[in-house]
Amino acid sequence: MTPLVSISDLKVAFDGTHVLHGIDLDISKGEAVGLVGESGSGKSVTWLAALGLLPAKAKVAGSVQLEGRELLGASGAVLDSVRGRRVAMIFQDPASALNPVLTIRRQLCESLALHRGLRGEAARIEALRLLDLVGIPDAPRRLSAYPHEFSGGQVQRIMIAMALAGQPDLLIADEPTTALDATIQAQILDLLSAIRREFNMAMVLISHDLGVVAENCDRVCVMYAGRIVERAPASRLFDDPWHPYAQGLIGALPPLDGVRRRLQAIPGTVPDPRALPSGCAFAPRCSFAGDGCHAGVPPLAPFEPDRAVACLRPQRVPVGLAAE
Amino acid sequence: MLRYFAIRLSRALLTIALVVTFAFIVLRLSGDPALMIMGPEAPPEVIAAFRKAWGLDHPIWVQYLDYFKAIGQGELGRSMRDGRPAIQLVLERIPATLALTIPAFLMKVLLGIPAGIYAALHRGSAIDRAVMITAVAGFTVPSFVLALLLVLIFAVQLGWLPSGGQDSWRHAILPIVTLGFGGAAVLARFTRSAMLEILGQPYIRTASAKGVPWRRVITDHALPNAAIPTVTILGFMVGSLIAGAVVVESVFSWPGVGRLLVVAVANRDLAVVQCILLLVAMTMVTSNLIVDFLYGLLDPRLRSKGAEA
Repeated sequence: MTPLVSISDLKVAFDGTHVLHGIDLDISKGEAVGLVGESGSGKSVTWLAALGLLPAKAKVAGSVQLEGRELLGASGAVLDSVRGRRVAMIFQDPASALNPVLTIRRQLCESLALHRGLRGEAARIEALRLLDLVGIPDAPRRLSAYPHEFSGGQVQRIMIAMALAGQPDLLIADEPTTALDATIQAQILDLLSAIRREFNMAMVLISHDLGVVAENCDRVCVMYAGRIVERAPASRLFDDPWHPYAQGLIGALPPLDGVRRRLQAIPGTVPDPRALPSGCAFAPRCSFAGDGCHAGVPPLAPFEPDRAVACLRPQRVPVGLAAE
Repeated sequence: MLRYFAIRLSRALLTIALVVTFAFIVLRLSGDPALMIMGPEAPPEVIAAFRKAWGLDHPIWVQYLDYFKAIGQGELGRSMRDGRPAIQLVLERIPATLALTIPAFLMKVLLGIPAGIYAALHRGSAIDRAVMITAVAGFTVPSFVLALLLVLIFAVQLGWLPSGGQDSWRHAILPIVTLGFGGAAVLARFTRSAMLEILGQPYIRTASAKGVPWRRVITDHALPNAAIPTVTILGFMVGSLIAGAVVVESVFSWPGVGRLLVVAVANRDLAVVQCILLLVAMTMVTSNLIVDFLYGLLDPRLRSKGAEA
């Protein structure tokens, strides 16, 4: 079966600085994939590049195919028919992601007109249905309100409603809950999961929070310095991370049950993309690194059918023991 | 909402009062109108009679109160030079000034705004750089230098247009271009930076991610937002329609309000100067009120704040 979206060897450079070094990633229909990593690891850039949303100065190379159709270098008309209609995207800071001078109705109906040809009363009824679906109370009255009249969580719900307006096959949720209160975060994630199940929509959940991803995704890709360093089913990654960086991320999380232990911080900081180390980008921070790690970049090698890791010394020791 | 406007309005009236007071003080500190108009050789009894006739023999604070009382009654005084009501002298000159400033305003808007938008949309291109260089030149070169330059080229060298006077529409071209160019430059730069700022906003990316075609992202999403800061500059330009041409009118000997002001100041024709300043203050304040009102229309965030206030 061909994947819904197939990204291969995607590279991005800004002003000669490479920020993505060849990403390979397939998204199947209806699947939920998490992208985790620290800020600057290239999670968002991957999808902004795939949809042609990066500024013109960004140099993008590689291939992004939607059901076999190439998106990189595609015309504006082709991209406009994909964005919102096939692949929708929601962003981190909902308060600034909606146009402040246009009513919610105008912004919702714009999507409905573009992708489903709905206008006038038909568009209004559908907009009401969508607002109701994402849990905005008193929708008929609030349709004529402006974004600043809603709370952060409500605006993110409206963003989700807008993303659903085109009935997309894939929703890219770029840090959808980072700017929200902890209690609202859970509500938004529940809403996303419910909607995904209801419409059998694929989802890419971009987050720096491994916990959020583990609970909501089937598969997880861990990114570091513009590369995918580990790819695994969510449950297995959480129980048994192989890449020392993934181990570090999980070690930095408090355990949900069992003995309380000291949280492990990863020493050092993310390398500057202008001055990456010669070999594995994580080697300088890695306590398992050997001479070979500094010699060359390890490829993302499949060790098991559904698992791959880009590490010369993958650590197959359960994290609980490693922490002792 | 009503309180919001009441506050704005009282602030506007206060501004006018301050301008009038300031003008009153400066004009009386900077020279004796009796001496200026009668001449230094005039006999002392003539000077004294002039002072008495115009109320200049009263203490300055009495003159000030009298002046305010007169304004309150709609009486703006008479010209000390020819005895006609000051307001009449000023009103006579307004059409000539507007004949320059309105076309110049249109030139600013029709040239400056599209140039700024185009430059922002093609940031870094040759046209963007050309627009920016012209714009910097436009507002760093003082208007009298530009005026003289245009006269040199088009009147003296090429002989296409007259260098001064008010006999035909051809006389208006150089003054209008001089006025319009500088304003267009300011507006182009301002529009460009407003537009660039808006284009970097997350909601522009949202609109693109929604599948809105780029052209409509600009017209439907970017322009309504970029209009908000641009309105400020436009308001300022509307406010200077009456008195924004002082230098240019002098250079091109165009008989408008600006030249009347220069002559009246030189002669210490107090009533005329004060009348013009009052008029200028009122147009400025009115255009500021209009700008405040437009802000409310353009920006729903301010509208709800205004409603709370």
